Amino acid sequence: MMASPASHTPAAAARPPGAIHPGWLRVVHWLNALAVVIMVMSGWRIYNAAPFFDFTFPNGITLGGWLGGALQWHFAAMWLLFANGLLYLALNLATGRLWRKFFPLSPRGVAADLGAALRGKLSHGDLRHYNQVQKLAYLFVIVDIVVLVLSGLVLWKSVQFDLLRELMGGYEFARRIHFFAMALLVAFVAVHLVMVALVPRSLVAMIRGK
Amino acid sequence: MSQKKRLSLLGLDGAAILKEAKNLIARRVEQPSRRAFLRNSLTLGGVAMLSGCSLSDDENVEKALSSVSRFNDRVQGWLFDPNKLAPTYPESMITRPFPFNAYYGIDEVRHVDEETFRLEVTGMVADKRQWRLEELRAMAQIDQVTRHICVEGWSAIGKWGGVPFSTFLKRVGADLTAKYVGFKCSDDYYTSIDMPTALHPQTILALTYDGKTLPPEYGFPMKLRMPTKLGYKNPKHIQAIFVTNTYPGGYWEDQGYNWFGGS
Repeated sequence: MMASPASHTPAAAARPPGAIHPGWLRVVHWLNALAVVIMVMSGWRIYNAAPFFDFTFPNGITLGGWLGGALQWHFAAMWLLFANGLLYLALNLATGRLWRKFFPLSPRGVAADLGAALRGKLSHGDLRHYNQVQKLAYLFVIVDIVVLVLSGLVLWKSVQFDLLRELMGGYEFARRIHFFAMALLVAFVAVHLVMVALVPRSLVAMIRGK
Repeated sequence: MSQKKRLSLLGLDGAAILKEAKNLIARRVEQPSRRAFLRNSLTLGGVAMLSGCSLSDDENVEKALSSVSRFNDRVQGWLFDPNKLAPTYPESMITRPFPFNAYYGIDEVRHVDEETFRLEVTGMVADKRQWRLEELRAMAQIDQVTRHICVEGWSAIGKWGGVPFSTFLKRVGADLTAKYVGFKCSDDYYTSIDMPTALHPQTILALTYDGKTLPPEYGFPMKLRMPTKLGYKNPKHIQAIFVTNTYPGGYWEDQGYNWFGGS
């Protein structure tokens, strides 16, 4: 296993020094979580107005009360998702955290760590260190939210963002992209919550930093 | 304050819970600005979690959401490029049958009598005389095959023909620096648009659908067709057009749909 770059203290030390997650990251994480919950729940209500599959979402788990209300929530929380996402990417790049935390990443590494995880042998001893599966999952969800924002821009302003519209295969195709990217995001959240339940310390770390 | 009532029904004192949480946070965060920021986001998040989906009923939340919607109107006005054209399609791509859509069912479609029909033009215009349908038909016509996008998400391609709306506005001597153009319809529908969209080259006062006189279900005698705006912004059965600087709202807009409603 790779050594954590921050482990100056002997392995026997009760608690490694410093925060696991910096303050800015924790704030941005929870704001993002809030934005995602609002976007997904209001988005389901909007989907229900004109479903393109054989199902709708139960109104009880949607936000907004009716189409107009759901749209208001969706087009308000989009600013939070967008601004907070930009802040996250900017700080991640500026502090070098992106490279430090998510790379190197290799298919072989992911396969090895995934195998270890399934055998129950993957260590979460140091929460500051992401294993290869985590790196891939977190990078995936970053890209997925970027795709959601870009396809959402096409649905919102398909005439003004014409280049983006063509890249997304036109208005109707962008609707499908937006939907599937939502489904993948929800799947990520489900796995993410299961992992947090398995390693509750990670929740404490994302709240208190340690 | 229906919110408070609802919370106390649940046996929760929402205000006390929030106050407690705020105090806990205040002790942890030293800088006053960061503290205020965290407190405010906590209030928003706390209120959201405590009251769940009936949240939209709360007066303050409603107010906040509509002010974001007004902000989105301004952003869209700023994003709007008067020279950017909506895509056009070959006639083979027209959606058949083109869906009927209104705030009522198809059996309640209004039938307007052509003989007695007069279009009223009022507000900030030089020429306030009324228009007969044949006078509009005598003006130069254009047609276009464009995508109609509904606020519900679905879209359909159709072909509309008529008078470029900018030509009409200039003809009646409208004040082109005014903010809004409003519409009143025979089916009691009403809406309004921004002047830049009114002057967009693809905005037409449509008199025909698919080469034939506009049928009642698509808005006889005329519909304002804008491929740069969502369906509910495209009024049918237009009875009166007025130019104004006073925000006129709209049937759906007054209930919460975004006013600019542009794509």
